[in-house]
Amino acid sequence: MSLDSRVRGETVFPDLERLLPFVSKPVQYVGGELNATVKQWDDVAVRWVLMYPDAYEVGLPNQGVQILYEVINERDDALAERTYSVWPDLEALMREHQVSQFTVDAHRAVGDFDVFGISFSTELGYTNMLTALDLAGIPLHTDQRDDSHPIVIAGGHAAFNPEAVSRFIDAAVLGDGEEAAMDITDAIAKWKSEGSPGGRAELLSRLAEIQGVYVPSFYDVDYLPDGRIHRVVPNRPEAPWRVAKRTVMDLDEWPYPKAPLVPLAETVHERSSVEIFRGCTRGCRFCQAGMITRPVRERSIDTVGKIIANGLAATGFDEVGLLSLSSADHSEIGEMAKQLADRYEGTNTSLSLPSTRVDAFNITLANELTRNGRRSGLTFAPEGGSERIRRVINKTVSKEDLIRTVSAAYGAGWRQVKLYFMCGLPTETDEDVLEIADLAREVIRAGREASGRRDIRCTVSIGGFVPKPHTPFQWAAQLGWEETDARLDRLRQTIRNDREVGKAIGFRYHDGRPGIVEGLLSRGDRRTGAIIEQVWRDGARFDGWSEHFSFEGWMAAAEIALADEPIDVDWYTTRERDESEVLAWDHLDSGLDRDWLWADWQDALNETEVDDCRWEPCFDCGVCDVMGTEIQVGPTGRSLLPLTVVDSPIPASGTEAAPSGN
Amino acid sequence: MARASRDPGREFVPPVVKVRIRYAKRGRLRFSSHRDFQRAFERAVRRANVPMAYSAGFRPHPKISYANAAPTGVASEAEYIEIGLSDHRDIETLRADLDAAMPPGLDIVDAVLATEGDLVGRLEASVWQIELPEVTELEARSAGEKLLAADEVEVERMMKSGLRKFDARAAIRSFDVRSNPADSVTCAILTVVVAHGTPSVRPDDVLAALRQVADLVPPVPPRVTRLAQGRLAADARTVSDPLTPDRVAEANPMS
Repeated sequence: MSLDSRVRGETVFPDLERLLPFVSKPVQYVGGELNATVKQWDDVAVRWVLMYPDAYEVGLPNQGVQILYEVINERDDALAERTYSVWPDLEALMREHQVSQFTVDAHRAVGDFDVFGISFSTELGYTNMLTALDLAGIPLHTDQRDDSHPIVIAGGHAAFNPEAVSRFIDAAVLGDGEEAAMDITDAIAKWKSEGSPGGRAELLSRLAEIQGVYVPSFYDVDYLPDGRIHRVVPNRPEAPWRVAKRTVMDLDEWPYPKAPLVPLAETVHERSSVEIFRGCTRGCRFCQAGMITRPVRERSIDTVGKIIANGLAATGFDEVGLLSLSSADHSEIGEMAKQLADRYEGTNTSLSLPSTRVDAFNITLANELTRNGRRSGLTFAPEGGSERIRRVINKTVSKEDLIRTVSAAYGAGWRQVKLYFMCGLPTETDEDVLEIADLAREVIRAGREASGRRDIRCTVSIGGFVPKPHTPFQWAAQLGWEETDARLDRLRQTIRNDREVGKAIGFRYHDGRPGIVEGLLSRGDRRTGAIIEQVWRDGARFDGWSEHFSFEGWMAAAEIALADEPIDVDWYTTRERDESEVLAWDHLDSGLDRDWLWADWQDALNETEVDDCRWEPCFDCGVCDVMGTEIQVGPTGRSLLPLTVVDSPIPASGTEAAPSGN
Repeated sequence: MARASRDPGREFVPPVVKVRIRYAKRGRLRFSSHRDFQRAFERAVRRANVPMAYSAGFRPHPKISYANAAPTGVASEAEYIEIGLSDHRDIETLRADLDAAMPPGLDIVDAVLATEGDLVGRLEASVWQIELPEVTELEARSAGEKLLAADEVEVERMMKSGLRKFDARAAIRSFDVRSNPADSVTCAILTVVVAHGTPSVRPDDVLAALRQVADLVPPVPPRVTRLAQGRLAADARTVSDPLTPDRVAEANPMS
């Protein structure tokens, strides 16, 4: 029962099992997924535990974790297991009965592993990391850990500024994880085979020499009297001045996930997903993902076809998602959609494309992908309500284009169109946001005309904008939550008061307060860590869930944690920075040239747009030069056919894998 | 505004044959719910390329009928479903393929070609095994005697319609207690035969009844397993295999 009497790697399931009858949805804690891997503890040198710091239903489908899980488990000298956040009901019981944070694969204690990798796609998972560390018996602060504790590594998009969690993580990996995870595994295997010389400190300094690995404790930060950062300097020779991100250049060499995990419990995405490319050069200025994942690297049409065929055969899923930051931009998306639709016609397999760009081509694609299926809803993301604000954010679409596109959608049988917007963008006024109501009215009018029916709907979904590091808006002031809420309320009233179309327009919005906490954490620095620890000690958990999130809790914690500092939450969020200010993440290199980012920020303020370097000449964002990378786009001219199925656990035949033309 | 068929690719596929299946829910997968099983099974039929019949309608579903699922957290050796196939298949191969396509712990253990008669009608009663760690055989036996001596034991359960009171006693047809002499730890093992009905009396209700008549409160969560379902035998201590009539009919097609 007690943590100390166990052998390392031994299962804790018998202890956990006694608690499961008393918690909600116990199936989420038992594992047993199809395609899960359990290896013998003593057969391998390096043992990873991977975490997505949210509930199982959200964490399990995460592509990043699934990819790393597979690539690590394919090695003979390593194993990877997974752990997810436990809900407060189980957390309380685990504390009472001294059951450690566990993996769902072999139910091993998280503290027994060599490396604890945590993937952050949002900063709102930080408090859940602290719960997991604490339940695992791992000291929260890196300087209190010893050789018996795992190396805690953060990854995912939030790792591009991990300063707010720098006191809790031993290292962060910037950029694509596949190759970095291999290098880290190699380094740990070598260090262990040498007898673990120099302990934890030596291992960290070896990890710091791997490209993309940032060890926060190897850098000192000092501050100016007014609270701004004075400088960030390495305190070790092996720590580079700037840590450069990792970029996987050939996605066809990494065709993962090959056998996606199939959960027993219900999760948010029940489908087989394939990333059709990484990176985006559309240049939307608010979009951190588009900025930090450059350049564009396409996966070829035949590799995409293979991944889908294998994924469906290995899982039995009936839905395929073609993922990327802007899937319609793949150079061969038209052929891909047509050939996939041919191949899976009549098989009850549906194909989906997160379609967010507003143009007629998207409708053609969407029609193709739903050839046999339902045409329920289509989603577009104009992001800004007025053409002026769309120039500011570089999401260039004219009102006429938008109306033409949605008309085509309604005309093709789509009943509902969802439009995504942001509120609180730089330079925004009430008028920019109120134009959303005009736009929605014209969408409904045009849709009624195009479809000849009155029961069509349009949903306006809108949330507060959060400025993110490594974007042109990293210097921008975030709009306060009161102003955000007031602006959203005005928009809601305007839509509701529209007698002609008001009932056909749905309005979904997120209030501005969670955005302030997200803003505090995403542009946070090392002092922000004290707030996270305070709010967690006060009981904060699952901050991404509105029923658990407490804005008041965060503000109270910030008050306490920043009591002796000349700064406050507003300083982090609603304050505009100037060009010379040292930003907390300036020593972390996403490849983007700082001068280019500043110039792009100035262009934004001047409402000047910038093109996409896939079709226009390079505009010197800096990524390819600095990282030695290049844009990789087709068309390859290759085809999906003929189909060859490899590595399928069950022979694929019949409906799903049948080539078209049968 | 009639909704014309926008769904030409998904047509009603009528069943040619029906197959009755027994599956088990074992080990840690006893914590899966009935809905979890349904999703896993629907994926398994696709992975195993089972020629499923589909329902008519806007969103066709594979033809699968479920009967009397055991509660979440309860293991089972005897859960039953019936599936419709659009084509003939060798039944044992089908069973093995489905079993291979299901996660270990949700095991497809038996399958027969359906003949006349209604499967659900044959599921008259369940044999439940309830293991009570840290409860002695003697304590359990005396509690069981008190339970059987009562005419009626009212228990409460939260249902969709709210808290409901009902009699748990009448459905309990037999109650036996043993312990495993080879086991060093104390653990009473109950075997309880419960007739199906509405509201159904579940193992939880049996335990609630024991608490009420004999103050028996297990210190550790009991482990419950459904051992069998079927027609009640004359002694009310066993049930007959509900797939036997189909097996007999197939073996003697002329009779």
